[in-house]
Amino acid sequence: MGADAVIALEVAAKLLGCLLVFLTVPLLVGQMEHKAMAHMQSRLGPMYAGGFHGWAQLVADGVKFAQKESIVPARADRRVFELAPAVALLPYLFVLITIPVGPGQTARDLSVGVFFALAIVSVGVIGVLMAGWSSANKYSLLGGMRAGAQLMAYELPLVLAAASAAMAAGTLSLDGIVHAWRWWWLPYQGIAAAVFFIAALAELRRPPFDMPVADSEIVFGPFTEYTGLRFALFLLAEYAGIVVFSALTAVLFLGGWKGPFFEPQLGWLWLLLKTMALSFVVIWLRVTYPRLRADQLQKLAWIGLVPLALAQIALTGIVRVTT
Amino acid sequence: MTLADVVFGLLGVVCLAAAILVVTSRHVIHAALWLVVCFGALAGCYLVLTAELVAWVQVLIYIGAVVVLMLFGAMLTRAPVGAVQQLDSGNRPVAAVAGLATAGVLGTLVVAAFRGAYVDIHHTAIGDGKVIGTSLFRFFVLPFEVASVLLLAALVGAIVLTKREA
Repeated sequence: MGADAVIALEVAAKLLGCLLVFLTVPLLVGQMEHKAMAHMQSRLGPMYAGGFHGWAQLVADGVKFAQKESIVPARADRRVFELAPAVALLPYLFVLITIPVGPGQTARDLSVGVFFALAIVSVGVIGVLMAGWSSANKYSLLGGMRAGAQLMAYELPLVLAAASAAMAAGTLSLDGIVHAWRWWWLPYQGIAAAVFFIAALAELRRPPFDMPVADSEIVFGPFTEYTGLRFALFLLAEYAGIVVFSALTAVLFLGGWKGPFFEPQLGWLWLLLKTMALSFVVIWLRVTYPRLRADQLQKLAWIGLVPLALAQIALTGIVRVTT
Repeated sequence: MTLADVVFGLLGVVCLAAAILVVTSRHVIHAALWLVVCFGALAGCYLVLTAELVAWVQVLIYIGAVVVLMLFGAMLTRAPVGAVQQLDSGNRPVAAVAGLATAGVLGTLVVAAFRGAYVDIHHTAIGDGKVIGTSLFRFFVLPFEVASVLLLAALVGAIVLTKREA
């Protein structure tokens, strides 16, 4: 076997690994949401499917979605409507490729990894806008507009917070940032970490930032008209988004694959633990806080997060220049 | 002709076709979506030319711009599903002249600056953050600062325009 063939095989194996993670970890987070939310609300959650504590509930849900009829509304813009779930979902898959699971262990380490991740993730909102507009439904359009407005407000603090981490590490490579990470980054980059995580929640349209999908006022917004597998793809996009943003937060601010022991061998485990812990916080916040109003949303972004992120960048800059 | 040349050419064709669809489409939102395809293909061209950072900046900045465009396109035209007949404005000749003049200036500039330039992807430094940053802050500081002042002026102008008379 030639060297080229070996490289091709390696690339294929890595991409397959990414796909496997993409298809399983979001389901784990979904199951965690079922159970954690239920227990926080003093109920049990699904208990029957599969026997032990309803572990197979998500599989059953998947089968249910696959069986349902896929309906395109008569007045909808058919092609855009059908394409929207793919546009919303695929960016998260591409971002997974750059996340380092160990020293030098990424499917593809880019020297501009931070930029790549943020750029690709921002494509997802176009899928939501496409869904909102093409459904030819007032609620959907309202939801789409809200999603767009929310993204515009929270993209800035997100990028600024990530820029602070890149400045502190002196590199744009995600693996390089993990290499440069030390425990004292926790207080040093703490503000940036909080800003990044909150802005990520808003980008994901998760409660308390779920005004674009607000099920109780605009009936799930952009996704109102979706049924069957396409709706399931949007749900998968939400959970994949939680995983990707949790992993990015862990990589940028919590040391990624670094852990107390067995560092090079068990790097993937540390990263997975941190990602799952952050995903749990995402679910926890959903159960804890009520939905923010439009004006509160914008205020939080422009008066709260942007100045905080700028202050953090100034701090990082001063530390970098003086040391 | 290498594989990179072929990919570059194909991306160029996609980019051009999408750009033509942007201006000929009678659906406002479709035009915005074709613009996404056009920008995406352009980012691909940058990648083939080893300008990695510029390619992702292109995606980050211009996809965000398209989101704004879609929001305002939908709000200002009410963007119904289906074709709209009154999309053309009376400024068509003026716009054509301005477009042709811009294309002429930019085309001449690019040909004059880069005629015969060839990027060999195996023997060129990848345009990552370090390379771009070095050349930007070592050789192009003044144009960079001028551009930032221009953007600041536009920002202040936008705020002044939106402020209501007291």
